[in-house]
Amino acid sequence: MAREATIQRKITVTAAAWIVALVIFFPILWTILTSFKSEGDAINLSHFFSTPWTIDSYFEVQSRSDYFHHFFNSVIISIGSTILALLFSIPAAWSMAFAPTSRTRDLMMWMLSTKMMPAVGVLVPIYLIFKTLGLLDNVWGIMTILMLMNLPIVVWMLYTYFKEIPVDILEAARMDGATLGKELVYVLVPMAVPGIASTMLLNIILAWNEAFWTLNLTTINAAPLTAFIASYSSPEGLFWAKLSAASTLAIAPILVLGWISQRQLVRGLTFGAVK
Amino acid sequence: MATRQTRTLARFMVAPSVIILFVWMLVPLLLTLWYSLQRYNLLHPDRGGFVWFRNYYYCLTDPAFAQAIGNTLILVVGVLVITVVGGILLALLLDQPVWGQGIVRLLVIAPFFVMPTVSALVWKNMLMHPQYGILAGIWSAFGMRPVAWLTDYPLFSVTIITAWEWLPFATLILLTALQSLDEDQKEASEMDGANFLNRFIYIILPHLARAVTVVILIETIFLLGIFAEIFVTTQGGPGSASTNLPYLIYVQALLNYDVGGASAGGVIAVILANIVAIFLIRIVGKNLDA
Repeated sequence: MAREATIQRKITVTAAAWIVALVIFFPILWTILTSFKSEGDAINLSHFFSTPWTIDSYFEVQSRSDYFHHFFNSVIISIGSTILALLFSIPAAWSMAFAPTSRTRDLMMWMLSTKMMPAVGVLVPIYLIFKTLGLLDNVWGIMTILMLMNLPIVVWMLYTYFKEIPVDILEAARMDGATLGKELVYVLVPMAVPGIASTMLLNIILAWNEAFWTLNLTTINAAPLTAFIASYSSPEGLFWAKLSAASTLAIAPILVLGWISQRQLVRGLTFGAVK
Repeated sequence: MATRQTRTLARFMVAPSVIILFVWMLVPLLLTLWYSLQRYNLLHPDRGGFVWFRNYYYCLTDPAFAQAIGNTLILVVGVLVITVVGGILLALLLDQPVWGQGIVRLLVIAPFFVMPTVSALVWKNMLMHPQYGILAGIWSAFGMRPVAWLTDYPLFSVTIITAWEWLPFATLILLTALQSLDEDQKEASEMDGANFLNRFIYIILPHLARAVTVVILIETIFLLGIFAEIFVTTQGGPGSASTNLPYLIYVQALLNYDVGGASAGGVIAVILANIVAIFLIRIVGKNLDA
């Protein structure tokens, strides 16, 4: 009896969970489906499933607007800004985690507080500085901005990971006669790599989807996918199939990365407050 | 261990990050402050000069500005309410044993990884389009007149789109917190005959308090800066019905070339964000230390 009740309950909960999940996922699913329709069929709901499927939109997106130019911009900007941020933050997080001073806590809080500053507060000067330096619509310019924007999150995330490396193990290695070099290569690096990797993953996701600075500081040359897809918002004509194809390609890689790193995401985005 | 040498080394390792963050925060902010006291329009570079607080006066007496602040607050609070309440319910649902739990989880968190311009355009076109959108299709299937979401309820529509983007985030964090709840505690309360409502109020909710405050803090930081969702859907309109503070400043600076006015708006945005941040950090701080 009790077992039957549990199974019945599980069936109900499963049904409810799947329905809710599909409703939430629906806009993405529909985008993927629409990308395989012709423009005419894409807006015709009553014949949506009875008309032929095609991959033409994917080719057209590329031939009409050089899609991969923007795709590679996204790749370069997100990976570049992440690597830059890591170069700055690994030493910082490392020393704050292993040689904390009385000011470390304040310093960490201050870094967090820089994230509270709204981007619009500095839009005007950054825009004018970029204009003067010729950095508008420049890959390096936008990369630098995204690096600075995410730096506090990267430092925080690395710090919480490094904090978990037991210091005793280093002393043990030293007692066993390991040199500083050996200590680094065999003990520290292997323990630090997983934390660095997940920090990197999260930062790539954030940079890939950033849509304030990319929209305001890039136009064509340096425009990543966020800015390129925004160009589909023009009211002339309904290019839903092409919009969907461009969107599907734009979200697919990051969706995969995101699914892989969902655990680290919680940790990273809550600054270690929820694990 | 911590000799003077290692301490010096530590300082050298921290310095680069601190310096670039400091410069990145301070220089533009001071420039914004300086511009905000100037008469400075890129279209009329000849007519410049120090005007004290005139830009602030124009800003604060402009009804569009007050409306933008109101819209910003409605957007932030609206999305927070939807995502926190929805997130708790979803987390409770996903915490149950379910067939295909992994896939259900993936589907639920997926919207968070979609870039804002894509989410907004997909919602604007494929879902909310008054003629060809899915919602219009559903409405007519039930014999109702399709709604022109983005023209008739612009702010509401933007709120829904943004809530869709952030619901997965809230759910994921609350679910993670829920899963750390002690099983014994749950079982004990069940044995004592506590029903679900009692368990929810006296055990689950207090346990989630910390995660909820974290969600509110982080979402607020991002929601105060909502820009792309408005940029590609309503363009702040009709009129200024869906213009929030970031969008207003963008229009002032990059479309009207009014550097002085936009900077004054920027300074006010920074002040507002700081007021919110102080409140939040106080609340969160209490919760995090406990």
